[in-house]
Amino acid sequence: MGRSRASSGLDFALKARVMEATDVRRALTRISHEIVEHNKGTDDLVLVGIRTRGAPLADRVANSIASFEGVDVPSGALDVSLYRDDVALRGPRHLESTTVPVDIDGRIVVLVDDVLYTGRTIRAAFDAILDLGRPRAIRLAVLVDRGHRELPIRADHVGKNLPTSAHEVVQVHVNEIDGEDAVLIGEVQS
Amino acid sequence: MIKHLLSMDQLSADQITHVLDTAEQLRSVTDRPIKKLPTLRGRTVCNLFYEASTRTRISFELAAKRLSADVINFSADSKSSVAKGESFKDTAWTLEAMGVDAIIVRHSSSGAPHQLARWVKASVLNAGDGSHEHPTQALLDLFSIRQHFKDFEGLKVSIVGDVLHSRVARSNVKGLVTMGADVTLVGPPTLIPPQAAGWGATISHDLDSVIGDVDICYLLRVQKERQNEQLFPSLREYAALWGLDSRRQARMKRDSLVMHPGPMNRGVEISADVSESPRSIILDQVSNGLAVRMSLLYLMLGGDRPDSAGTVPELSEQLV
Repeated sequence: MGRSRASSGLDFALKARVMEATDVRRALTRISHEIVEHNKGTDDLVLVGIRTRGAPLADRVANSIASFEGVDVPSGALDVSLYRDDVALRGPRHLESTTVPVDIDGRIVVLVDDVLYTGRTIRAAFDAILDLGRPRAIRLAVLVDRGHRELPIRADHVGKNLPTSAHEVVQVHVNEIDGEDAVLIGEVQS
Repeated sequence: MIKHLLSMDQLSADQITHVLDTAEQLRSVTDRPIKKLPTLRGRTVCNLFYEASTRTRISFELAAKRLSADVINFSADSKSSVAKGESFKDTAWTLEAMGVDAIIVRHSSSGAPHQLARWVKASVLNAGDGSHEHPTQALLDLFSIRQHFKDFEGLKVSIVGDVLHSRVARSNVKGLVTMGADVTLVGPPTLIPPQAAGWGATISHDLDSVIGDVDICYLLRVQKERQNEQLFPSLREYAALWGLDSRRQARMKRDSLVMHPGPMNRGVEISADVSESPRSIILDQVSNGLAVRMSLLYLMLGGDRPDSAGTVPELSEQLV
């Protein structure tokens, strides 16, 4: 949310870099271990990254799990634009592909996103996932939880809890899209 | 995105690409067990059809339903108030009073959608007006072409047949020229309008001289009711000179395609075996229509509530 608001043409004034590449790597490694520990193994796991920046993060968690468990957990990407509750308010968004490589019926879907904020993106993701099948459970892993929930949603695995004020913006940069791994906090200048 | 879609003149190459890219993503919904999206919940779309239609009306209806919009079908036949003499304007105002968000209109008069867009607050989508335009057909054709050819630039497309009365031809020429394709209109001189010289397409009266060089042979429906107007000698002679049969198709390049907007007159503009040959993407055109219309409804209705004025572009001069 914070990121997309900043990327919608408003100026982002940087206040601090709160995570660097090493911090992001360590956080994702820990999340990967937590997911496997919590699931008591990799059986039935499917990672689904929420477009845009959740998708590369899900792939990295999958790679990380492969490196210590020796198992390739399927990893996909979900575009939730068509399920958002603010389509009428904010207009049609650019659509990206939804690629979930396996049948999710009866499996454990771990949603992966960069920032958890109001919870509305995750709400949309629930609907999007349930239209693809009926998973046994949906869990949530996020790199940053910045608070300010508007819906009763919480993450199972969090890279970093980042207390923010509502007028601040959190930007996650990922190497695959932004050319670096970092978490930035700033303010929008209108 | 534009508020009304009345003519292909309104769309730039970038906008066309945006519509096709969005359609590409929406097409995948068709392959899922649950083929519905909640995106246009609470919106109402009206199909206002003053002319017969199968695929266009059904495709628009299904597109709206797949996006969770409510759909009203209005056909100007013996069961509607048009039979009691209600005017086009009164019908438009009735729909307006019911609070529809979009009106899909097909009308035998060129320019009717433009007129409608001036009367109502809803978005108007032209589903074919007289011999003027059929923009959603052109967009689904561009989408179908793009599934086979990466780039429109320099693509050789022949549009063959009754260009004079064809709204499909007008919209396709505009769309293809905008995208950079190299369009040739082929047909008897009586069926090529004199203004066609200004459309950015080449004109030919000899199908055999162009067929060996085309990437796409796009056949137009022969409007059989036009036979009495003496625009061509007979259906048999038309088929012999401008129809695509397997003998002519054999001269086409490898990887070239055959298209037709339907409904087909098999044995006239296209032979039965050509219509079912591997080169023919006629059924893809139909199924792609759904994704392209979903894309348009999403892009046009997905945003602000349609109470903004929205400019109605001037009608182009190319009316017959």
